[in-house]
Amino acid sequence: MTAAREAVRPKTGRVEMRDIVKRFPGVLANSGVCFDVVPGEVHALLGENGAGKSTLMRQLYGMYRPDSGQIIVDGTVRNFRSPADAIAAGIGMIHQHFMLVPTMTVAQNVALGLPSGRGPFTDTKGVSKEVTRLGNEYGLKVDPDAFVWQLSVGEQQRVEIIKALYRGAGLVILDEPTAVLTPQEVEDLFTTFRTMLTEGHSLIFISHKLYEVKAISDRVTVLRDGQVVGSGRTCDLSQQDLVHMMVGREVKDPDPRPHTPGPELVKMQGLKAMGDRGLEALRGIDLSIRSGEILGLAGVSGNGQKELAECLAGMRKLSSGKLLVEGHDMTNATVNERFDRGMAFIPEERMRDGAIREFTVGENVFLHDHMSKRFRRWIFLSFDRMREHALSLVELFSVKTPSLEVPIKNLSGGNIQKLIMARELSRDPFFLVAAQPTRGVDIGASEYIHDSLLAQREKGMAILLISEDLDELRGLSDRIAVMYEGGIIGIVDRGSSTVEELGFMMAGVTLEQMRKDGASTGKACP
Amino acid sequence: MRPSARSLNESERYCVRSLIFIDMPETRAKLLQSLSPRVGQNVKTGESRARLGNLMPSATTTGKPLRKGAPIDWTKVVLNGAMPLAGVLAALAIAGIFLALLKVDPLTAYKSLVDGALGSTFGLTQTLVKATPLLLVGLGICIAFRANVINIGAEGQIIMGALAGAALPLSMPGLPGFVLVPLACIGGFAAGAFWGFIPGILKARLRVNEILSTIMMNAIALQFMNFLLQGPLMDPENVRRGTFLAQSARLPKEVWLPRLVPQTLLHSGLFIAIILAVVVYIFLWRTTIGYQIRAVGLSPDASGYAGIDVRANIALSMTLAGGFAGLAGVIEVIGVQHRLLEGLTSGYGFTGIVAALLGGLHPIGLIPASVVFGGLLVGADKMQRAVQIPSSLVTAILGMIVLFVSGAGIWAKSWAAKRLAGRPQGTEATK
Repeated sequence: MTAAREAVRPKTGRVEMRDIVKRFPGVLANSGVCFDVVPGEVHALLGENGAGKSTLMRQLYGMYRPDSGQIIVDGTVRNFRSPADAIAAGIGMIHQHFMLVPTMTVAQNVALGLPSGRGPFTDTKGVSKEVTRLGNEYGLKVDPDAFVWQLSVGEQQRVEIIKALYRGAGLVILDEPTAVLTPQEVEDLFTTFRTMLTEGHSLIFISHKLYEVKAISDRVTVLRDGQVVGSGRTCDLSQQDLVHMMVGREVKDPDPRPHTPGPELVKMQGLKAMGDRGLEALRGIDLSIRSGEILGLAGVSGNGQKELAECLAGMRKLSSGKLLVEGHDMTNATVNERFDRGMAFIPEERMRDGAIREFTVGENVFLHDHMSKRFRRWIFLSFDRMREHALSLVELFSVKTPSLEVPIKNLSGGNIQKLIMARELSRDPFFLVAAQPTRGVDIGASEYIHDSLLAQREKGMAILLISEDLDELRGLSDRIAVMYEGGIIGIVDRGSSTVEELGFMMAGVTLEQMRKDGASTGKACP
Repeated sequence: MRPSARSLNESERYCVRSLIFIDMPETRAKLLQSLSPRVGQNVKTGESRARLGNLMPSATTTGKPLRKGAPIDWTKVVLNGAMPLAGVLAALAIAGIFLALLKVDPLTAYKSLVDGALGSTFGLTQTLVKATPLLLVGLGICIAFRANVINIGAEGQIIMGALAGAALPLSMPGLPGFVLVPLACIGGFAAGAFWGFIPGILKARLRVNEILSTIMMNAIALQFMNFLLQGPLMDPENVRRGTFLAQSARLPKEVWLPRLVPQTLLHSGLFIAIILAVVVYIFLWRTTIGYQIRAVGLSPDASGYAGIDVRANIALSMTLAGGFAGLAGVIEVIGVQHRLLEGLTSGYGFTGIVAALLGGLHPIGLIPASVVFGGLLVGADKMQRAVQIPSSLVTAILGMIVLFVSGAGIWAKSWAAKRLAGRPQGTEATK
């Protein structure tokens, strides 16, 4: 069996993607992207969220089909209809979210979907042996008979890599493989990569983290807005070049409105919390926000911003640390206690957490306040007051809706966000957490939301603005804190930082490191 | 580009925006009036909506004023009414093929079905008698479904309700009816509610699958009743005669619900059920608790962010569902059987789910739906006797009706969605 597998294992040769164009409704995800990998190299794919990296790779893996352009494997044009075709051509992909069956063993997961070596019967022993052999060969130690639910995230990733190798992948695509790993696990993973390279495999490495890209890759291609903005040998490019390519764009001047923040309203002391995958997502956050201040929170998604917002909203438990709002300890407060103390939230997933899709515009307006005396008499809802309130919000925030009785899902994203914003502000909070308030919102609504935030700042509100849009952060924030791997890597004053500096910090380079060296760690050109 | 109130200048607009957050309508209106009489009028009373529309053209889609009610979509009305009917007819047509295969004339069979359900006073009243417990059970199912909880445990909850509804009057003979009847009803409701609360709290606290737990609770309730009927609750008369029939003694006459039509089983419990249907409708759509239950059912995430206690509402919805099923048990005991006996539930706990689905999980829609199912149950008996077909085929027909009706609903929805998508101004118009 082992011999047979060796025979069919293809050493995938040069893989080339030519002029790939992929459209989604309203978005040009890839426009004329060229990309190639040769055996024995690591080609890094770099870019911000939404730059089109994952879309490009999903086309290579047969999950999407390009609208136009060619995928050439070993000199022949291929037309992958499904991942099965891509796997047959020797391409494997390790997704950010693992595709494993938790209740099955490692060996069973590896063999899943493949014909058995023993006809109709499972060949667990044979597979186990092969898993152990691959593990030893590539430094991917994992017990083939362990159940996947028993494994740590790092071990699960190893299973995924073994799965790809077992299926004979010559080219392995890794979508942000280090996002879920501890630093030690990252080291081990890189060792595995080097072994794979000497065996003639090639790797595509999708990442945000510059030092990792510098450390492991031979070539790098940077995508922005669906287009290739730069490509070359990693050793020829400095971190500065890469950051510039990633974020480089016309930078608007920050909003010059003068103002002076008041006293400190919100204090976070050493906030720690676990993420969904059982890793520590927040590793000690210390921040303070003053009255009349917008504190921007920058960072590549997945570095703990989501978890921080959830902790502040009371939807995720803090494992340690303290949250003080106006001197009151809100660390373990319930959601309603937080409301009563004047906290308000604009959640990142507005359609999941901020509104109920099937409820009407009117019903959504008093989602938080239906228990307040204003909107109820005993247990009965006061629809007249609700209507009055909803109408005033709809009109004064220019929410475009045919009536109050339509389900909110019929409104556009911008109008839903304006309504959520109006609802939260109508509760007259003094601490607002706004997570990605303008993501997916049209320009008009964005400006409206920005104006509202600035107006509230002038009224003395403390605002935590979590965003991935650096322009938005630089335009609105008085200070910008950058999150990286669950901690605050640096805080800069508005105006004193360049987009490049923020980009560096988002990629894990502290200000001190930046000043120390022009950042040329990594491989040297031969 | 930016939507703005064109006739107000920047500072006025800012004032208006800040002022709406003052929690006193009168003060707010006064302040607004001092700012701009036109705006004050509008926001205070909402009367001059059209003028406000002129003031802020961007507030509405097409310049139309905001209307009080949503426009009536007649296609939707027709679809909602006609689709279930078409589903029933399609199911009957396909069942007709099965009947033909059994060498039974489908038309004769269906004629006997309609005859049995509607053809006589007794048939008609029997239809309503069977509709009553279905309606009560279905109300509970509706509440649970609205919280996104599926209550398969109505059978067990009926039994617990019936047990309490029989045991309470039996243990307190001599009390007048106006005390005994409410006592039995409240006791039965409480017993059923308790039986629903257990799986409810298990789901809320420990995420125990409510479908599995309620099914097991059914088995426990059934055996518990069997035990009581074989022992403590067994009719002393039976014991004396040595027949040992598994049934309780006859309840005191005071607790019997009055019969509406002489010589039939139709009793006043029907009115209780219909009144409760209206109460449940008001509960779900007009009260804070109903609002919370629906919110939790539609989006636990958004509800949690809004400070609604998701777990409490899940447990509450199961408790209420159990209560209504328990009440169905009481009504069956004091309205129809006048004693507790084996096989009392007649599968109402399951048929009630089906009726609730046919009624669109809406308390008012449930009223005709339970009458339809009551009629099908009664008519099926007649059909079975008239044309000699196995009773399991009747069950199959009922199942097919549900399948077709819910299938028609889904089809209608996707059809409507396609129609909207094909119309560029549809949802886009709100942008």
